[in-house]
Amino acid sequence: MSIFVDESTRVVYQGLTGSQGRYYGLLNRDYGTQVVAGTNPRKAGTDVDGIPIFATVAEAAAATGANASCVFIPAPGVRGAVLEAAEAQMELVVVITEGVPAHDEAFLFNKLRRDHPGVRLLGPNCPGIITPGQCNIGITAGHIAKPGGPVGIVSRSGTLTYQALYELQQQDIGVTTCVGIGGDPVPGTSFIDCLAAFEADPETRAVMMIGEIGGSAEEEAAEFIAEHMTKPVAAYIAGVTAPPGKKMGHAGAIVSGGKGTAAAKMEALAAAGARVGQNPTEAGDLMVEIVASL
Amino acid sequence: MDLFEHQGKELFARYGLPVPSGEVALSPEEAVAAASRLGLPVVVKAQVHTGGRGKAGGVKLAADLDAVRGHASDILGLDISGHIVRRLWIEEASDIAEEYYASFTLDRSARKHLGMLSVEGGVEIETVAARDPEAIARIHIDPVDGLSQQACHHWVRAARIPEAVADAVAGVLETLYRAYVDADADLVEVNPLIVTSAGEVVLLDSKITLDANSTFRHDDYAAYDATQTRDEREQAAHAKGLQYVGLDGSVGVIANGAGLAMSTVDVVNQVGGRPANFLDIGGGANAEVMSNALEVINNDPAVRSILINIFGGITRGEEIANGIIEATGRVDIDSPIVIRLDGTNAAEGRELLEPHLNDTLTMEPTMLDAARRAVELAGAGAGGVQP
Repeated sequence: MSIFVDESTRVVYQGLTGSQGRYYGLLNRDYGTQVVAGTNPRKAGTDVDGIPIFATVAEAAAATGANASCVFIPAPGVRGAVLEAAEAQMELVVVITEGVPAHDEAFLFNKLRRDHPGVRLLGPNCPGIITPGQCNIGITAGHIAKPGGPVGIVSRSGTLTYQALYELQQQDIGVTTCVGIGGDPVPGTSFIDCLAAFEADPETRAVMMIGEIGGSAEEEAAEFIAEHMTKPVAAYIAGVTAPPGKKMGHAGAIVSGGKGTAAAKMEALAAAGARVGQNPTEAGDLMVEIVASL
Repeated sequence: MDLFEHQGKELFARYGLPVPSGEVALSPEEAVAAASRLGLPVVVKAQVHTGGRGKAGGVKLAADLDAVRGHASDILGLDISGHIVRRLWIEEASDIAEEYYASFTLDRSARKHLGMLSVEGGVEIETVAARDPEAIARIHIDPVDGLSQQACHHWVRAARIPEAVADAVAGVLETLYRAYVDADADLVEVNPLIVTSAGEVVLLDSKITLDANSTFRHDDYAAYDATQTRDEREQAAHAKGLQYVGLDGSVGVIANGAGLAMSTVDVVNQVGGRPANFLDIGGGANAEVMSNALEVINNDPAVRSILINIFGGITRGEEIANGIIEATGRVDIDSPIVIRLDGTNAAEGRELLEPHLNDTLTMEPTMLDAARRAVELAGAGAGGVQP
């Protein structure tokens, strides 16, 4: 078992004809992901290394049975690309692109929730999602993840996710699914969405969570852990010693109400019963202990 | 990206929002000339990317031209929370009867835009929020729907804005929301939003932060980018397209990925050192980017040692090692470098680095070990420069 993606996931790459899209699309296919199509209105009818290119996601889905999309379109086109994928009823839309305006993210989140509730948006600005041995969508190096569980990973940071996967692999610990939700202001998928899915997944028996300073997503996740999680959680928060950002106005400070610092997040998670590491290595060691005691 | 008050007001004026007339001045002479054109009295206002100007003596009323000259001389060069005043906004004085607070920002937790309105303006809004949260009327705005006229009027009533100016305030807020959305702002704050003795609603201040990610659809952002406050190191890094934040320690930090870079800064602190910076070179680590990063850090006189912390994902260890070797060959580095290379093909990468290692280029097996070594090299015990 896994969450959100498995060996049956069929993926269309929006932007497969671009250099990044092609590079990672083919890497994902080499990993074993069912990369069934790409889109580009100007190159419909051609192919990228045997993968057929269609004008639209809807056409690609009709022809290939694609049920997920991965977006490698430059930031100005992301809003349109995600709406196109949602209208074509993709169950999962993974946006790797960074630099998407926060207003577009807020618009997409609310638009999807209202008009396309069956569509899960992951990202923007995320490394993607990998169910080791089955499906890798995005830019995660697949070979640093050991398949099989029992650990599920959810992370706001790309390189720290790789670090976590690698440390678990070094300890011979497998991963059910690793989700990079991205560090942008309004991610399509939240920590809580992933924690809930891991809680419901029978093969995931422990969860590793990697957060960062800013916002209050980790505090909200802590509340969820306290109330709904029966599975053990190990956590790490980056930015413990980061100086406060240069802020002009004061509205932001009021919204966060004292939340947002690494100390506040670590405290909230510890109070919720999670085991919190002071650095990535320590968090990895904590997960090794947790897995040993399962 | 932060706007000066006058840039914000100029933006407001483009939407027909009522702002007082004013002019930018860079010297006392320009201030006097501006005041004579505007007519007395005027307010001389420091233009800095920080709050608390009034308390710091950065806002002064001037009744005659001598006072304008005097205030301008006093305020130019003033240090307001680390920001040196280099420009002034000379503005016609306003006759204030009431002071309100209004702002729009993105509420990440609610995933909607948040409007805040209070009749208790003119003071720090955190103080109001702490003392009496009820004094701030909040409205969550779905970005798909926008702010409707009806919702706006309801919000204004909830804030207990006096009936006489309620319609005018609602009109201003609707337009202000449009400006906030059009500009792709992270924050638009007006404090105070005033009512004059004549009953006119005027936006007397502006604090605007723009989302740099939306530069592609705003040609005017380039001008704002040129007026950002950056220290010399940050300016050099910005020019090279590096994600850099200057800190006040002695261990230069280079890492790939924002999370790992932040984590590296944490670990340097945890082992008793003080990082000189945060620098994220992004996903890859080619020679070009690595040379740029080393150059920026090398130019920081406070740096005593450099910690390169790279985790290879898709980018393989050999490529990273070659990037480091080439970069250290290109740039003449003054401080010892400690490398931690892990991840994909790390063994191959380390093997390539091996023959290049010496007293000033060392390698450690883990992030913690590398941080300890870099801190040791930066200076015994305390870790070098203190804040």
